[in-house]
Amino acid sequence: MLIFEQSHVGRRALAQAPMQEADISDIPADMLRTDVPGLPSTSELQVVRHFTRLSQKNFSIDTQFYPLGSCTMKYNPRACNTLAMLPGFLARHPLAPESMGQGFLACMYDLQEILKEVTGMQAVTMTPMAGAQGEFTGVAMIRAYHDANGDSERTEILVPDAAHGTNPATAVMCGYKVREIPTDAQGDVDLEALKQAVGPQTAGIMLTNPSTLGVFERRIEEIAALIHEAGGLLYYDGANLNAILGKVRPGDMGFDVIHMNLHKTFSTPHGGGGPGAGPVGVSKRLEPFMPLPIVGYDGDQYYWITEAVRPQSIGRLSAFMGNAGVLMRAYIYARMLGREGMHRVADYATLNANYLMARLTAAGFDVAFPGRRATHEFIVTLKRQQKELGITAMDFAKRLLDYNFHAPTTYFPLLVPECLLIEPTETETREELDAFVEAMIRIQQEAENSPELLKEAPHTRPVRRLDEVRAAKQLDLAWSGAAE
Amino acid sequence: MPFIPHSETDVREMLATIGSDSIEELFDEIPDSLRTGKLSGVPEGMIEQEITRLMMQRAEADGRPLCFMGAGAYDHHIPAAVWEITTRGEFYSAYTPYQAEASQGTLQLIYEYQTMMAQLTGLDVSNASLYDGASGLAEAVLMAVRANRKSKSRRILIPTTVHPYYRQTTHTIVNNQKIELVEVPYCPEGGNTLAEALKQYEGEDIAALVIQQPNFFGILEDVDILTDWAHAQGALVIGVANPIAMALLKPPGAWGVKGADIACGEGQPLGVPMMGGGPYFGFMCCKQEFVRQMPGRIVGRTVDRDDVVGYTLTLQAREQHIRRSKATSNICTNQGLLVTAATIHMSLLGAEGLKRVAQACHANARKLVDALTASEYVEPVFKRPYFHETALRFSLPLDNVMRPLNAHNILPGYALQQDYPELADTLLVCATETRTDADIEMYADHLGRIIKTQTAAGCPVKPKMA
Ligand SMILES: Cc1ncc(COP(=O)(O)O)c(C=O)c1O
Repeated sequence: MLIFEQSHVGRRALAQAPMQEADISDIPADMLRTDVPGLPSTSELQVVRHFTRLSQKNFSIDTQFYPLGSCTMKYNPRACNTLAMLPGFLARHPLAPESMGQGFLACMYDLQEILKEVTGMQAVTMTPMAGAQGEFTGVAMIRAYHDANGDSERTEILVPDAAHGTNPATAVMCGYKVREIPTDAQGDVDLEALKQAVGPQTAGIMLTNPSTLGVFERRIEEIAALIHEAGGLLYYDGANLNAILGKVRPGDMGFDVIHMNLHKTFSTPHGGGGPGAGPVGVSKRLEPFMPLPIVGYDGDQYYWITEAVRPQSIGRLSAFMGNAGVLMRAYIYARMLGREGMHRVADYATLNANYLMARLTAAGFDVAFPGRRATHEFIVTLKRQQKELGITAMDFAKRLLDYNFHAPTTYFPLLVPECLLIEPTETETREELDAFVEAMIRIQQEAENSPELLKEAPHTRPVRRLDEVRAAKQLDLAWSGAAE
Repeated sequence: MPFIPHSETDVREMLATIGSDSIEELFDEIPDSLRTGKLSGVPEGMIEQEITRLMMQRAEADGRPLCFMGAGAYDHHIPAAVWEITTRGEFYSAYTPYQAEASQGTLQLIYEYQTMMAQLTGLDVSNASLYDGASGLAEAVLMAVRANRKSKSRRILIPTTVHPYYRQTTHTIVNNQKIELVEVPYCPEGGNTLAEALKQYEGEDIAALVIQQPNFFGILEDVDILTDWAHAQGALVIGVANPIAMALLKPPGAWGVKGADIACGEGQPLGVPMMGGGPYFGFMCCKQEFVRQMPGRIVGRTVDRDDVVGYTLTLQAREQHIRRSKATSNICTNQGLLVTAATIHMSLLGAEGLKRVAQACHANARKLVDALTASEYVEPVFKRPYFHETALRFSLPLDNVMRPLNAHNILPGYALQQDYPELADTLLVCATETRTDADIEMYADHLGRIIKTQTAAGCPVKPKMA
């Protein structure tokens, strides 16, 4: 039932608004609202019960194993939330003077420094509010850099075909054309094709390493040299940073600009779709173009770096300081991990992924790139099951829900047919991984013996498979009874 | 190693299953030359007890001042239930609801949110959120350029009464797509945008006009006149609105004869703490005819194979994961958790509660203005009605007033000169429903005493005109 359907004229949560109506007679009548917006009229208990019950219809990290590839669904430590929500932080107005925000600014500055160190970049800006905005920031800086050099003939950004959709979409938002580079049979960028594509029109390349195929791009140094020789710059999509945290630094691989998804690698919550944070690190040559605000420190006080110091900045990307509260959670996480912990993230994320891959391979599943190491994630392809049994990756994914596991990422990356992109993360126990393997084995048996169990799955969730065509054709995006 | 559960036995046996001798070996595809050193710039790890101590100290250092500052972030009451429920693990630690059957909680909540926002703005449809109000305006501008099929100009009129940071953000985001943002000056007496100021663009090809209500100065714009002017020119109207004010003021969908085409704005006043500037959320609503041009996620109501009602992401062919370089925007992760908070917040307040909050904000702002302008050194800058903030001019150097007020743990307002050089010694002051008469009196008393000291000390002052 919708919250609107529980609404009752004249009812409301009395404790939550002023008891009296206040005088507004000085506002001209023609500026006032004449209708009543259709918001629910409900008691506080009704609201609490309704949304608590809704929450129970969700899968989440706190309730299920959630091996969603490319999303790094690791435990979100509770301390990070509790401490980021201390009253002193919540009450901070974003435009309050620096003198009244030294505690907050110290956290932001420290986090900048930690991120610089783990990425090997020269400077870090924290304003971008998610990975995609980090990408925008990076590519806009690449553009500003070429423009500042009078190098305006560069019109193209190269993007491997395995790239996340945000990469090409970002390049276009920055006014570039996109040229796709194919992947070779081993999962690496096709170097010959890349050589053909690079030229004076190349502004840069956007790469994820490890790529979204779950393998490390082994010839990254060659790629970097190739792009740099042509005068282009390298953008690093840091969505997969969990695989290499403490092992390899994008700065050392030759990247000029990178974004991090703190809502992945630094364990801030995904919140059912956000918020994230996508800080961006840059090499020396891009530093002048960084977006504002950035936090500085003079050895005594923390302060905002302004346009006066950064006249070439690409500007501002949010009203204030990006997703400050997310940055705060990431900072707390980083401090708890510390240097030692940072080194071990990639170790154990990789151990879990390779273990899961080994067990699934032994159980008869096909991995997309046999003979390659898994990074923090890997791909199982169900092409054979699809051909022989008519069972798709979607069917497997939906049946996993009945076994109380969230499904891996399906149908991404697009170039591997019937793929499951599986990322267990370092925070899962071996027992959980084993239970997942058992479920996969049983589902495979079901696929062979009673395929309708998969075709019709899920059977145990609040709804079964939804009519998506109807959703898109007979658009119902807001409840029509709300205003009654 | 706070969150890694492996015992030594686990590691040994798992490596045996893999057929490797060490974890190190699992990284053998990475060239040796690239391996990282010590990370010496990262401090030692901390246990929870230690980090708690550190964060408490830092949070306390920030002092929780009495806030009379607005300028885009507002200090409203947030019911306890809002964040108690929002931070339940099932909302907090879920991903984007791609697996609809395992995400009906989040999906139904977004559908309810979309309904509430459509109701509040008086428009037909809403998306599931953008990053914040400023980047939301940038997306609205891009959307208007796509949606206005009659216009070929890529020119947008944007009054200087629109939040300066919103204008800057919009510029950063749209300027590489050859969109021209034309600034329209404000009326120095009223602090609003005059139809006369738009006259010079009559007959020209304009894709859209942006109108912020209340505007950055807190002043109420003549939204009907401006909207009708734009529509007569074939331009679309983008309304930037404050969600609390919409419970009291005419909503964008009711502006002028035809209503604004797109409404966007900052959702923070709906249950989101000020939190140093984020995370907040940008809302966006529009008329039905433009829904396919909208950026971001959208949830639709449908049925499952047993005809049971359910909710799912829809119209995904607009989005980057399907359309890649042809998507309406690159946005992927949005501000879901803040939408969760806002939906619970709006449910708890309802239309009546939100209206009372809006009324109280306005009444308190008037009390504040009365109390502060009782001093002969302080006067209102603009003559027009305002919502919950407005500009006051001081006839002594603002810095000399601000610092001592800060020392009394008061945030007196936002100094406008940094963005409007002509508005020297001018403070944008705000009062929400959370400011009491005693708070206002305290501000006025301290100000009175500070002015007295300053004037007695022979500072250069000029009492206001009679
Ligand atoms: C490889 C990759 N790149 C970019 C992104 C975009 O990040 P965000 O969703 O934070 O905008 C994602 C995440 O969804 C991703 O997996």
